[in-house]
Amino acid sequence: MSSAVATMNRWTGEEMQKRVAKRYAAERRFRFFGLAAVGLSIAFLAFLLVSMAWQGLGGFSRTETKLTIDFPRSDLILDPAALKGPQAQEVVATAGLEGVLEQAAVAQFGEGAGELFGGGSARSLGDQLIADPGLLSRKVELWLPVSSKADVAAKGDGDPAIEKLVAKAETKRVFNGEFLTASDATDPSVVGVWGALKGSFLTILVTMGLAFPIGVLAALYLEEFAPRNRWTDMIEVSINNLAAVPSIIFGLLGLAVFLNFMHLPRSAPLVGGLTLALMTMPVIVIAGRNAIKSVPPSIRDAALGVGASKMQVVFHHVLPLALPGILTGTIIGMARALGETAPLLMIGMRAFIASPPAGITEPASVLPVQIFLWSDEVDRGFVEKTSAAIIVLLVFMLMMNGLAIYLRNKFERRW
Amino acid sequence: MIDTIVPSPTETAEPAVVDGPPKMSARSVGVFYGEKQALKDVSVDIHDDKVTAFIGPSGCGKSTFLRCLNRMNDTIAGARVTGDIDLDGEDIYASKMDVVQLRARVGMVFQKPNPFPKSIYENVAYGPRIHGLAASKGELDGVVESSLRRAGLWEEVSDRLQESGTALSGGQQQRLCIARAIAVDPEVILMDEPCSALDPIATAKIEELIHELRGRYAIAIVTHNMQQAARVSQRTAFFHLGEMVEYGRTKDIFTNPVQQRTQDYITGRYG
Repeated sequence: MSSAVATMNRWTGEEMQKRVAKRYAAERRFRFFGLAAVGLSIAFLAFLLVSMAWQGLGGFSRTETKLTIDFPRSDLILDPAALKGPQAQEVVATAGLEGVLEQAAVAQFGEGAGELFGGGSARSLGDQLIADPGLLSRKVELWLPVSSKADVAAKGDGDPAIEKLVAKAETKRVFNGEFLTASDATDPSVVGVWGALKGSFLTILVTMGLAFPIGVLAALYLEEFAPRNRWTDMIEVSINNLAAVPSIIFGLLGLAVFLNFMHLPRSAPLVGGLTLALMTMPVIVIAGRNAIKSVPPSIRDAALGVGASKMQVVFHHVLPLALPGILTGTIIGMARALGETAPLLMIGMRAFIASPPAGITEPASVLPVQIFLWSDEVDRGFVEKTSAAIIVLLVFMLMMNGLAIYLRNKFERRW
Repeated sequence: MIDTIVPSPTETAEPAVVDGPPKMSARSVGVFYGEKQALKDVSVDIHDDKVTAFIGPSGCGKSTFLRCLNRMNDTIAGARVTGDIDLDGEDIYASKMDVVQLRARVGMVFQKPNPFPKSIYENVAYGPRIHGLAASKGELDGVVESSLRRAGLWEEVSDRLQESGTALSGGQQQRLCIARAIAVDPEVILMDEPCSALDPIATAKIEELIHELRGRYAIAIVTHNMQQAARVSQRTAFFHLGEMVEYGRTKDIFTNPVQQRTQDYITGRYG
């Protein structure tokens, strides 16, 4: 009887109540810390996105101003007939449109107003002339993009003298489609990300084409076919170590093997893709092996039990079941490769390349390297271009990951 | 305990003559996992038209032995089999024996139902397809239907063949696995505790099915349920601690065992 009372006391007594309360407190504390950690990461992410958007969205717009040009009275000597030929672009490029612009600007806004217009303005004027050669015989009012300096001033961050000039002119903000279709340039008002975007796309294509099949086959062999011995243990350790090697080392390896030894073209997406494939493969192999390991052995037994050969077991059952997991690892590896800069600097992808690559052996740049290069420029016009390029990179990455996740879910549904 | 054991109805009708040549015969079989001997000196015959049950306490080696009969132990690293196992007089561990073909001839049903995560149709069609047993789609459809019928599942699934096999109930999944095994037209079917994950009703259905299948295939079944062994089998082998203690007619094993250890086990004194 006394022991029963003692038990009662033990469960309802004060000391036990305290212990219970302490236990609940610990649980609440843990939940709070977890929530705080999630909140903090969301806050950081939001801060990053907002600041990027704040600085970068300006890069997608440009300032235009209305300028009166009296062509018949200007020094311009341009045959309207030449503007219809195939060499029209060349003709306007060498016609000295910059001079015309300066003349007109000074006439309209006063001394020093030539600063308002730059290379981008001349190019736009040339395009408008080609579109309508009739302009050459009249005095016309045209909307023209302003120079980079004036653009920065119009957005409220420039030289006070130019800001005054801009205030005098009639301006408007328009969407800068050229940022998505042009390539690198020295004048920030005419730069674009198309060249780098295409370079990134070609590079990632090469990486994907090599790293995915080789990585998956290596994972399958090591997990399903290879005997367990000292050699395979050593290979496993090496692969795990490779995944942790700093990426710049892979750049040096690429430089030594692909450029100096194999003499592949410098700065080309082919070499960049090969180098990044070396870097990505270990990640895919590790993720692939884990995914293959997690396929239940009962499925292998079932297939072997009806007389499937080892290869049929692997390709009919194990691989399809492991594929979603393998794809997850591949997405992580590809996202890392897409954002990689250091190894590409080593193989010469940091060169100034003003035209988009036509193929995987043409010189090219990639988005992260382009961002790195622009962030280094002294011209203030590049600041918002850098942020805008970061937005393009993030959107590209999101689209790629979205596609991969869609594919993964599709494979999962098929089973 | 012993009074609950009823000999199967077919057992009593069996003529008291000596058996013909066995479908499979094992002689002095031993199994090693690395240095450790898991099984020693097993000699058992498996006959056509008969169910042979392997009984014994957990860890006694009965499943290990069953997996020797279609060389599933090959897939375990470090496993080694000694002795002779013949299928129709042919040594299945001989180097000229094709293990893939052997496993088609000696089908297997596992302890836990393990349908492929594919449609019911694909589950059954997989075996015939990889062995090229059906020349056309129509022929394959026929094989699938007859296999499902023989497994007693056709009535339940005929209108939803394209649904996933994993969506069926446990008992249906196990019958699907049996249909999958018989779809490649095996000669022997090995069953490794096929009912241990099932409820009594599903178990009764599987046992009924085993009775029906006995007419076409030689069947070996591992079970830790002695009543089940008594109900479904005609021959029984009792395993204990990695040894085969006794092998004989089920009736004799359960009513008049020769060995003291068998007597102790079936009367529930241990195990």
